[in-house]
Amino acid sequence: MVRPMASSSDRDVPQGPEDRDTPRQPWLLAVAEQPPLRRSVVLEVTARAVFPTVLLLSVHLLFAGHYALGGGFAGGLVAGLAFVLRYVVAGSAELSSAVRIRPLALTGAGLGLTTVVALLPAAFGAPVLASGSLTLHPPWGTEITLSSNLALDVGVYLLVLGAVLDLLRTLGAGVHASEGEEE
Amino acid sequence: MTGLLVAVPALLPLLAAGVSLLVSRVRHAQRVVSGVALGAVLVDAAVLLVVVDANGTVVLRLGGYPPPAGITLVADRLSALMVLVSAVVTIAVLLYALGQRVADHGPTVTTSFHPVYLVLSAGVMLAYLTGDLFTLFVAFELMLTASYVLITRGVTADRVRAAMTYVITGLTSTLLFITLIALVYAATGTVNFADLGEKLADVDPGMRGALSLLFLTVIGIKAAIVPLHFWLPDSYPTAPAPVTAVFAGLLTKVGVYALIRVQTAVFAHHDVWHVLLVAALVTMLLGALGAVAQDDVNRMLSFLLVSHIGYMLFGLGLFSKAGLTGAILYALHHITVQAGLFLVLGLVARHTGATSLRRMPGGVARQRPLLATLFAIGAVNLAGLPPLSGFLAKVTLLRGGAASDDELGVVLAGAAVVVSFVTLYALARVWVIAFWGGAREGDADAERSDAELSPVMTTACTLLIGAGVAMAAFAGPLSAVADRAATHVLDVTSYRSAVLGGQR
Amino acid sequence: MPINTTLVVALAVIYSAGFYLLMQRSLMRVLLGIVLVGHGANLFLQAAGGPAGEPATAGTPIGAVSDPLPQAMALTAIVITFAVTVLLLALAYRSSVLLNDDEVRDDVEDRRIRQAPESEDEPASVISLREDGQ
Repeated sequence: MVRPMASSSDRDVPQGPEDRDTPRQPWLLAVAEQPPLRRSVVLEVTARAVFPTVLLLSVHLLFAGHYALGGGFAGGLVAGLAFVLRYVVAGSAELSSAVRIRPLALTGAGLGLTTVVALLPAAFGAPVLASGSLTLHPPWGTEITLSSNLALDVGVYLLVLGAVLDLLRTLGAGVHASEGEEE
Repeated sequence: MTGLLVAVPALLPLLAAGVSLLVSRVRHAQRVVSGVALGAVLVDAAVLLVVVDANGTVVLRLGGYPPPAGITLVADRLSALMVLVSAVVTIAVLLYALGQRVADHGPTVTTSFHPVYLVLSAGVMLAYLTGDLFTLFVAFELMLTASYVLITRGVTADRVRAAMTYVITGLTSTLLFITLIALVYAATGTVNFADLGEKLADVDPGMRGALSLLFLTVIGIKAAIVPLHFWLPDSYPTAPAPVTAVFAGLLTKVGVYALIRVQTAVFAHHDVWHVLLVAALVTMLLGALGAVAQDDVNRMLSFLLVSHIGYMLFGLGLFSKAGLTGAILYALHHITVQAGLFLVLGLVARHTGATSLRRMPGGVARQRPLLATLFAIGAVNLAGLPPLSGFLAKVTLLRGGAASDDELGVVLAGAAVVVSFVTLYALARVWVIAFWGGAREGDADAERSDAELSPVMTTACTLLIGAGVAMAAFAGPLSAVADRAATHVLDVTSYRSAVLGGQR
Repeated sequence: MPINTTLVVALAVIYSAGFYLLMQRSLMRVLLGIVLVGHGANLFLQAAGGPAGEPATAGTPIGAVSDPLPQAMALTAIVITFAVTVLLLALAYRSSVLLNDDEVRDDVEDRRIRQAPESEDEPASVISLREDGQ
């Protein structure tokens, strides 16, 4: 990764612990690695605030998918977009510090889970890809229906998320690395 | 439980691809995973063929949804035969690739080859087993996307150029395929083969003919039918030998299979189809003449591949039982022999350091008798000399052509014989220059003659070339099965009732 | 089935523009062409599904639902074209690094064979060609 080069604009940025306006932690993990001129406070703060929300939304889409709009694919893409936002703000260093798992391992886990869930019904004499559901009646009165399709959707979610992350890693980091050489 | 037999060839490699991605850091794990998965597919395919041949078509309704709404996987004798032979090829090529990797880089740990290769074989198997047009499209895309990755591995300028041609051509056919599906769906409201066959009977014949031609164009690009073959000799030879072998053995033949399946079950041609016969004639002749002109052995084999696609089209275009039996036998024979020859010539190239005939040092026969024997058997087999599997397939085809009432069928039978001789000539040229004679003053790029040939790689070649011999040894039962398969493929009503089943 | 004329006109424009771009030399334009025709094909799938309606989720009355099958097919097709577009982008990038442009090139071997002496197909002359060819 390109380290920021010292430039005259560095002196304008307030530094040191005595400054009250300086946040104790950076808004994002690796944002300090960006060259100061490329940083945008608005984007950083927005990304910090929106990231968890978008992830929650993606999980909602994942669970809602069986009966309403959503599903593993949509959920995975939205989760991927959350990471795209962080990548846009702070580059690929941010991404690698945010996700420690190899993206391809995520994809592999997703693919494996999906096919296992697809093949599993055959062990119980049902056709491949058949689904079953389980309705729970917890004491607080609501009704929760768990479908085995959820596991399939989780697999797809992981697969898509892994694919998006891998895309960001290979294309994004690769392109930036060679840009750095040219500079 | 028979349903599981149908699902395994398509789903198990996908599962293995996932596992392979997960364990890529563990030493030897990827190799074990690929080997176990493809081995299991091979066993499964053998059992499937026995079951299907004894009990008739096996239909698996995914999720239990009845067709035409749900996705169905259908295994009849033709599918089971193709799955079995393709499984043999995937295993042999895997062996070869492993041997090559170990020989070149030592036992390295991680590689992207395994997961991609597994996805490719899953796509190939799914294409054979699918019962609807859209799943066929998905299977093609699985297979092609994996092949795009395989052909772009490695970063030489030459490969990037070849990959561009390959990917753009593949994508164009993909887009046409989506368009075809949209048209078919707009006309009938279904994509299930069996259901389509029934509904298309009520559609205007002009519309039906147009759809049939568009499908021929889509598959023509994928299966390299002249004049849509131009991308194949440009892109295949630049890839590494195992990749070229699996492409040449499987990808084009999946196209031929799809053509057989769809033109019979969906478009229900009964008579001789002249368009296809003319395409077959041009494909045979131009491919063979192109092969003679080549200097690079891999390009020569690629042109021969194009040429021999014509034989299968010839058998299909007759739409008779004899012709179709010949086409099926030819596809089975060609899958093994073409992949085998590419692998053998890959070994020759490693041994001599050259793929260009002008730069071949010659004298391979004396230095590597095993290699020369394998090439000789493969070449004789491809040219169709008795007593190997190519002869069996060609005789069946010629009988079909001679028996047809159409003059074009007889013309094609004659052309098939001529093309056989041209094939033999092209291969004999390689034999004379590269294998015979003493070692001439070779100006090979890299002198590798002293390097030991990996026993794993020669085993892989022997397996594929031996498969051709085995097919000839079991010619009786094999032609009987192919005959029953052809009968069933042409008997559209039994296919429909097997798939749509309980509803009527 | 009622035909939506707007969709048909849009399809015609998209397909022709896309295939025009496909014919270009530059890989970026080819890529744009593929993306364009891909969108066109997906739009076509929607048009094939008949008139628009409610999404096919639990609770929607049957009559109001639009045909979900083409939508599922279009979704799959979108994913596939997306994946391959990314691959082509990577290829274009690699090409611009290796060759300094993103032009789709001809195969040189074809041209070389066309120019080769006509007597090449005899083994004896191949040996002579070995000498003058180098």
